[in-house]
Amino acid sequence: MRIEGTALCMGPDIDTDIIIAGRYLRTRDRTEWARHAFEDLDPSLAPRLEGRVIIAGKNFGCGSSREQAAIALKESGVKGVVAPSFARIFFRNAINIGLPVVECDCTCRAGEPVTADLGEGIITIGERSYRIRPLSPRMVEILSAGGLVEYWRGRR
Amino acid sequence: MSTLSEKILGAQAGSYVDCRVDRAYVHDGTGVLTLDAWKSMQADTLARPDRVYVLFDHIVPANNSVTAGLQHDLRLFAREKGLSFTDVGEGICHQLMGEGIALPGEIVVGADSHTCTLGAFGAFATGVGATDMAAIWVEGGTWFRVPETIAVNLAGSFSGRAEAKDLALTYVGRLSMDGATYRALEFVGEGVTTLSMDSRLTLSNLAVETGAKAGLFYSDDVTCNYLKEYGHKVHPQHPDECSYLRELYIDLEDVVPVVAIPPRVDTIKPVADLEGMPLDQVFLGTCTNGRFEDLDRFARIIRGKKVKIRTLVAPASRNVLVRATESGILQDLLMAGCTVLPPGCGPCLGAHQGVLGEGEVCLSTANRNFRNRMGVGGEIYLASVATAAASALSGSLACPKEVTG
Repeated sequence: MRIEGTALCMGPDIDTDIIIAGRYLRTRDRTEWARHAFEDLDPSLAPRLEGRVIIAGKNFGCGSSREQAAIALKESGVKGVVAPSFARIFFRNAINIGLPVVECDCTCRAGEPVTADLGEGIITIGERSYRIRPLSPRMVEILSAGGLVEYWRGRR
Repeated sequence: MSTLSEKILGAQAGSYVDCRVDRAYVHDGTGVLTLDAWKSMQADTLARPDRVYVLFDHIVPANNSVTAGLQHDLRLFAREKGLSFTDVGEGICHQLMGEGIALPGEIVVGADSHTCTLGAFGAFATGVGATDMAAIWVEGGTWFRVPETIAVNLAGSFSGRAEAKDLALTYVGRLSMDGATYRALEFVGEGVTTLSMDSRLTLSNLAVETGAKAGLFYSDDVTCNYLKEYGHKVHPQHPDECSYLRELYIDLEDVVPVVAIPPRVDTIKPVADLEGMPLDQVFLGTCTNGRFEDLDRFARIIRGKKVKIRTLVAPASRNVLVRATESGILQDLLMAGCTVLPPGCGPCLGAHQGVLGEGEVCLSTANRNFRNRMGVGGEIYLASVATAAASALSGSLACPKEVTG
């Protein structure tokens, strides 16, 4: 499982209200969540998320359990999220819906190319490479399938 | 020797376990996504439908026809599958699960982060997302990593001005917003015996604001007597000598009224430092502080007086509202000028019923003060019930006086 994209830097404690506000949750239209991703942080950000790897500070995805937060990022074309730590519900949600998440404390410079191999446990940002804790084989399989639902279908 | 989480999950911290789930619940917000994921899994049945609960609380009654349509789908599904279902006006999912459903020693999973509230009963209760919940519907169980535990060791008892919410904000401030990520909190020490069930629910409720997976109390006489009211005969759980990752000591006598400054739940200051700060709205309610004890405490302070700013009160459940009605508290609230909302989450998540405008400031008894949560450009200060009542009367942030009979 490889991810590739360009770096988008963010601070610590990015909560799920900031990723997708409560006022946009009541719909089945996933593109609606993507359109409003990070709106309260920077309204101009959503259309620029395609192909990005978010490199954030600690405790990414804290707060509400809303799975729409992880879906909003995936739908808007975010390739993955890298942070020293994640809130545990967001972390599980991300794997379950097929959004790669990487635990790593690394330096971010906006726009640098990012590549990561989650099974091998390595991430490269610009010229810098970091070892990361590899995800379990099952987690990699779920991500490769595109999420838990797709993984499940493939096994039935 | 084991922590309570280790006992309930049946393995040592750090292990991965597959567990049956004793109670699995969703609300109108997360339930729709769960239903969609469950359908995508091409399942026809639920493994343990008698253990699945659907409780409407987030946007009740529906605020527009899109929400109404989504709720309609979920309502039909719950009825078709014979699930336990509570419709609009019954109350907040965590409160209803705490009114005689969740029991000590059980594994309780909710598709909402504040499911940790039910740890107050000595249950292992934790939140998951919608897809995890759909898999629980299909399989009847899920996997957990057994968490290490941080003990919050309590001594003494509260003085007249501080209450459980001040203690909750105090421990969140000391642990910080990610100080317990992947961990469980366990509330222990002699101070616990002085805490009512309603107070314990408030303390467990805030556990997730430190990143914790669960926040547990050992069941004791208080728990047993509370559940007896609902017809359950349960037994106290006895703590072992066990090793905690860390212990936090708090003497309840040292706890003072505090507020959490936006946009972080862990930025805590004494109310006294900010006294007089102008407010536009006071909100009493939510899964943190919408219980009978909270409404009663609020009413004791405002009874016979008038609130100076708009003050919204959302009882946590129909039960709470009925008790408030029978005891005369509802009348106290109405006569003092409060606006009473239907049982549910109210404006906490910024969807309806008291959303803030640009530049407005709300003093709320809820659990989150994230940027724009209750409305774009609005700010949320979190505080106790008594601080909310004193502030409603003065129209600005005010220190509670001693609360008496």
